[in-house]
Amino acid sequence: MLHVENLQKSFDGFMAVCDAHLVVSKGDIVAVIGPNGAGKTTLFNLITGQIRPDRGRVLFKGEEITGLAPYRICERGICRSFQIVNIFPRLSVFENVQVAVLAHQKRALDLMKPARNQGKTETERILAGFDLLDQKDRKAGTLSHGDQKVLEMAIALGNEPDLLILDEPTAGMSPEETAHCLALMKRLSAETGVTILFCEHDMEMVFAVSTSIMVMQQGKTIIQDTPQAVRASREVQEAYLGECPNAA
Amino acid sequence: MEPSSRHLSPSLLTPIVILLILACMPLVGSRFFIYLVSGILVTGLLATSLNLVLGFGGMYQFHHAVFYGTGAYCTALLLTKTSLPAWVAFVSAPIGAALLGLVIGAICVRLSKLYFGMLQISLGSLVWAIVYRWYSFTGGDDGIHGIPLPSWISGGKPAYYAVLLTVAVCFFLLHRIVESPFGRIFQAIRDNPVRCEAVGIPVQRHQLIGQVLAAAFAGVAGALFVVVEGSVFPDMLFWTLSLEILIMCLLGGWFRFWGPMVGAAIIVCLRTYVGSYTEYWTLILGVFLMLIIFFLPDGVLGLAERLTRRNATASST
Repeated sequence: MLHVENLQKSFDGFMAVCDAHLVVSKGDIVAVIGPNGAGKTTLFNLITGQIRPDRGRVLFKGEEITGLAPYRICERGICRSFQIVNIFPRLSVFENVQVAVLAHQKRALDLMKPARNQGKTETERILAGFDLLDQKDRKAGTLSHGDQKVLEMAIALGNEPDLLILDEPTAGMSPEETAHCLALMKRLSAETGVTILFCEHDMEMVFAVSTSIMVMQQGKTIIQDTPQAVRASREVQEAYLGECPNAA
Repeated sequence: MEPSSRHLSPSLLTPIVILLILACMPLVGSRFFIYLVSGILVTGLLATSLNLVLGFGGMYQFHHAVFYGTGAYCTALLLTKTSLPAWVAFVSAPIGAALLGLVIGAICVRLSKLYFGMLQISLGSLVWAIVYRWYSFTGGDDGIHGIPLPSWISGGKPAYYAVLLTVAVCFFLLHRIVESPFGRIFQAIRDNPVRCEAVGIPVQRHQLIGQVLAAAFAGVAGALFVVVEGSVFPDMLFWTLSLEILIMCLLGGWFRFWGPMVGAAIIVCLRTYVGSYTEYWTLILGVFLMLIIFFLPDGVLGLAERLTRRNATASST
């Protein structure tokens, strides 16, 4: 479904991503792991068009999407959440998700019909799936951090993506919230069949949900394989897992 | 912007009541008072059209007056220099302003925030300079006076009703736009343009359309100015007027639909009444504004809303 080949990006001479490779097949839950500064977020930004690569290709459903504008990539079926909460703070929780639903339904240029009831069923269904329905009239900026992260994911689902990219979905969450988030991802994948690509620091979570793991270090892809194979890989242990006793 | 239905009846009722009061005004008010209210309505429409892009679109529209002036000059020039029917002259105002909005917008939306505003000021000033200097066509700094208006809208009361009706229709349309999916997404862009791109919205195209719409409504306000005053002058395109309407939006509350109208009413009244005592009325405005910025970041309407909400909770407990 998604093929990343030889992707490269440098900022003022600093190689953030060099030689990144990634394969995501339909229905997979793929994790990207690596130490801080390995280039995971940059890789996601390159895939979804927030920044343009210097070299390399991104193929989605067989078509090249390298360097397209973010909205065009979104139209093709890739949606993402952000590592740092990136919502619409002055809009209500309902409106946050509704904006994505309206965009997906191509109603963005409708000037005269009131927006109040448009896309309501879709929006409320998504909010219900994330346990946010009872807070739908609250201003999104006043939610707790954990809830904002959940809303972050809910917005990304408003476009009914084929591929959902989650950039550290549990960053800053409490252990209970993390467990909840994990369950949510599993359920999403099982119920809607959406393909998920995410990056995460919590190794327990990574090995619990993913069907495939890609390891990055200093902008390079070291390996992409099944969780068992990655766990067994000597290279990975040296590069990364050695620092993390949880995973041993 | 809270879309809850329990606010529906007062939010529908209040404008109707105000409209009825305004419609009865000529029966009781003096000529001067009618003229003052016409001025407030025109300025209020101008400020509200600015707020469509400023408060709801989050665009730093620093030179909105240029669209107002363009609309006014379109009407004035067609009325004085051609023998076309009057309605053509009035329809030309929003169209001319919208076209200018399209040109300036297409250049400016490529930039963001302050750079957008700076470029707009320079392009707008260019238009002002042309109007100011082109004596043979625009009358230069003298402007155009004694514009022949059709009899059914010239003079105090007919002009007032023409203004009131047009402004009411424009406010209805503007309100619909703000509440439409377009308006909702416009507000989302104000809050977070990066995220908007990521959920599939071509942000710059959306901003350009907003810009053109706002310019068109400013053009209508310009045409109404011609109806009220019977003259135009290049100051209507000058950046100080842009600043003044920007202040109206901040003063009244730029996150609320009626905020700019309230701001316009306050400033026009201040200018008229305090201005008759001292020419330094802007000094009072300045002090006023500083207090607002420090104590009422949500503007006058924000304060009013907070007070009514506090009363409501106090009475319910």
